[in-house]
Amino acid sequence: MSEQVSDTLTRDLSGATPVARTGQPVVDCDIHPVYRSPEDMASYLPERWRQHVRDFGVQTASPLVGALPYPRIANGMRRDSYPPTGGPPASDLPFLQEQLLDPLNIAHGILQPLSGAHTALHPGLAEAMATGTNDWQLDRWIEPDARLRGSLAIAQEDAEAALREIRRREGDRRFVQISVSPRTMEPAGSKRYWPIFEAAEALGLPISMHSAAFGARSNTGTGWTSFYIEEHFAFSHGAQAALASMIFGGVFDRFPKLKLILVEGGFGWLPPTVWRMEREFDRYRTELPDLKRRPAEYVRDHLWLTTQPVEEPPKSSQLSDLIDWIGIDRLLFSTDYPHWDFDHPDYAFRVPLTPEQRAKLMHDNAVEVFNLA
Amino acid sequence: MTTDVMDRKPGKAGTRDVRIDCDIHPRLPRLPDLVPHAARYWAEMFDYRNIDRQELMTYPVSTLPYRPEDPSVQADAAGLAAAHLDPMAVDAGILNVLSGAHAAYDPYLAAAMCEATNRWLAAEWLERDPRLRASALVPFQNPEAAVAEIERLAQDRRFVQILAVLGGEKPLGRREYWPIYRAAADHGFALAIHPGGTARHAPTQSGFVATRIEETVLQNQTFASQVASLVAEGVFNEVPSLRVVLMESGISWLPGLMWRMSKDWKGARIEVPWLDRPPIEYMTRHLRLTTQPFDGPQDAVIAAKVLDQLPAPEMLMWSSDFPHRHAERGLPRGLPEAMHKAVWGQNALATYERLELSNV
Amino acid sequence: MSEHVVCRLDEIPVGTSKRVSVDKRDIAIFNVGGRLSAIANRCPHEGAQLCLGRVTGEVRADRPGQQRIEREGELVRCPWHGWEFDLKTGRSYCDPERLKVKAFDVAVKPGAELVEGPYTIETYDVQVRDDYVVLTV
Repeated sequence: MSEQVSDTLTRDLSGATPVARTGQPVVDCDIHPVYRSPEDMASYLPERWRQHVRDFGVQTASPLVGALPYPRIANGMRRDSYPPTGGPPASDLPFLQEQLLDPLNIAHGILQPLSGAHTALHPGLAEAMATGTNDWQLDRWIEPDARLRGSLAIAQEDAEAALREIRRREGDRRFVQISVSPRTMEPAGSKRYWPIFEAAEALGLPISMHSAAFGARSNTGTGWTSFYIEEHFAFSHGAQAALASMIFGGVFDRFPKLKLILVEGGFGWLPPTVWRMEREFDRYRTELPDLKRRPAEYVRDHLWLTTQPVEEPPKSSQLSDLIDWIGIDRLLFSTDYPHWDFDHPDYAFRVPLTPEQRAKLMHDNAVEVFNLA
Repeated sequence: MTTDVMDRKPGKAGTRDVRIDCDIHPRLPRLPDLVPHAARYWAEMFDYRNIDRQELMTYPVSTLPYRPEDPSVQADAAGLAAAHLDPMAVDAGILNVLSGAHAAYDPYLAAAMCEATNRWLAAEWLERDPRLRASALVPFQNPEAAVAEIERLAQDRRFVQILAVLGGEKPLGRREYWPIYRAAADHGFALAIHPGGTARHAPTQSGFVATRIEETVLQNQTFASQVASLVAEGVFNEVPSLRVVLMESGISWLPGLMWRMSKDWKGARIEVPWLDRPPIEYMTRHLRLTTQPFDGPQDAVIAAKVLDQLPAPEMLMWSSDFPHRHAERGLPRGLPEAMHKAVWGQNALATYERLELSNV
Repeated sequence: MSEHVVCRLDEIPVGTSKRVSVDKRDIAIFNVGGRLSAIANRCPHEGAQLCLGRVTGEVRADRPGQQRIEREGELVRCPWHGWEFDLKTGRSYCDPERLKVKAFDVAVKPGAELVEGPYTIETYDVQVRDDYVVLTV
């Protein structure tokens, strides 16, 4: 994650986020806090790993150190989200409260740190970064603001290390989900990840998969794209692949209470993906004689989606259709603050919704799936 | 079922809809098929090095659901006519060969295999049934040779398009492929993209998948990425007459891509400012999709809504994917009656500049 | 339509913008190289403040790889999703006919002229020696 500030503002930022008008309490399922600086991150690592990071950095599959390979629009940030006190967007709790939690009437905000633990290739370092990220979420965000909840970072490619971290936090309900990148080294249904799913199911914690900007594999089945505009829409591809692999790999048969939340891929892709799975299931049924149920049934019982970036079809009825086909009880509102493609709860859904539907979308579904009450 | 084509008797020209089947699969040619159509050196190499079986791992036609119960239906032109062209009253059918030629690492071998396969198609299929047309294999591994093959075939109007496999070495919009598109457009060839791949890259962002069903279900991702690449790189700005036909791609995922990319374009267009219109407009103008397999919902009412998400009725063209196994081979359920004539054949006639019907 | 004195000119130095409120309208005033323009402050998409956006030119390309910037300083990019608006006309780049924000006439007038009226002076104690920004709303 880049700490560079390329486009800062020093002007009056009051009211930069319009106050939500409805009074509807919101659960924002995708907020991205970041460390203030590399030193800030290092301070949450044990000395052994602090030295390692200082001297050898964090090795990942990305072509660049400390920068994203596809340069983003406005450095990937809302231009008005740089804290007046300095540091990168969403590194300062009082400013996050002022710009996000308060004006949008956010009852609970789910932190989604894009932790290096997901992508660090060195397994020992990945584990240390996960532990550090989790300590930091509690220390800097969740303890000072009771509205915030954490996502448990783990070294997802190292199941033993992941289980150690999960056990370390067992019983701490301030962590409401286990966070992994959908761009796993192998498809998400592979057996190497099953210990993580087993632990998640046993603890009643959903697995959250947040779209990732890079991974070890090329971002398309035909090689690397040239442009960010090609990379960005394809965030949903990682989610689709994870979902298909978990369904057809039998994960939900083995872990029937497992909950999966796919974050920041939008949701318009889901109905076509399910229709494709259903069609092909009829053609390929004998390839998977042990699968107990149809693909659509697993989706219906195990899957939730966060909404940002919201779909913007030419006709609003097309957005209503998508919501109907998915089922409004499976959608979780998210802003993606402080990123450039932020969604505002008043403006993201320009479709007729009853107050009950709006309450589900903005709040109730998340309260239920995260057991926030 | 909306359309049971088997009940519809073929009639005289003008009394029924023209039917153009955009996706028919002959058997794969083997060593003895290609040797007679290869230059001396390559004939020797094909034989000496046993360059024979050319079945793509990503399009394994010896397995289900590709393998026909009766191999004779795709063994030769007569078998195909009896099993499919005659009973379905096909006026013109386009043959697609998904071959190892697409995946060869040796750029010269790739060119030789493409040429030999095209010569085999002409001699053994196109010569034997006037209803048949074909997609020309061209080596994307070797753009110069691809252009030469397009020029060689320019006079043979039975080749109506060039064929790219879905999973290539690089996204299809890349500049190194532009000479291929310019040559194709100059001679009126469309560009077809068909499942199958070179296995240069894993099919997903998380690597190689464990099951065939995942590979098939997730093909829409690579289709979306190829479409996005062609648009974003400016292929349609550079080659404004190019038509791109997505075959066996399904349909239901495309509106989502159009919406998502057009939304992003409003802010991200500064990265690709040659796109002076939203991507949905380029896609609507330049893309065509074939119908089989239709990947919409089983519910006909919802299917109709999905089909209605396509911005233009010209975009859909009928294909049977014969002889691969499907529950049906006609038009997708939910397709409005008013679109049937266009989808059976008129849209293909409008799309394929090189396709002329003399037998109707 | 009436003219409103909204601030002193020196409150919007060259290269900055200012948010003002006139008759409950939220308006962004930009000073690009000494030239003032004023548009509605709220992006019609999701409500971001355009006065917090980056002022820029129009990015164009006749062919892939031939990117350039024209009309330097005539557009603002929304601080959230980057939609571009023409500072003079309020029209968006992406959909100029249907997606636009209201543009306002803005002028600089000397205080000596303003104290004579008939301007609506809201919160300002107009001084003869200063220049003022006057919006027509």
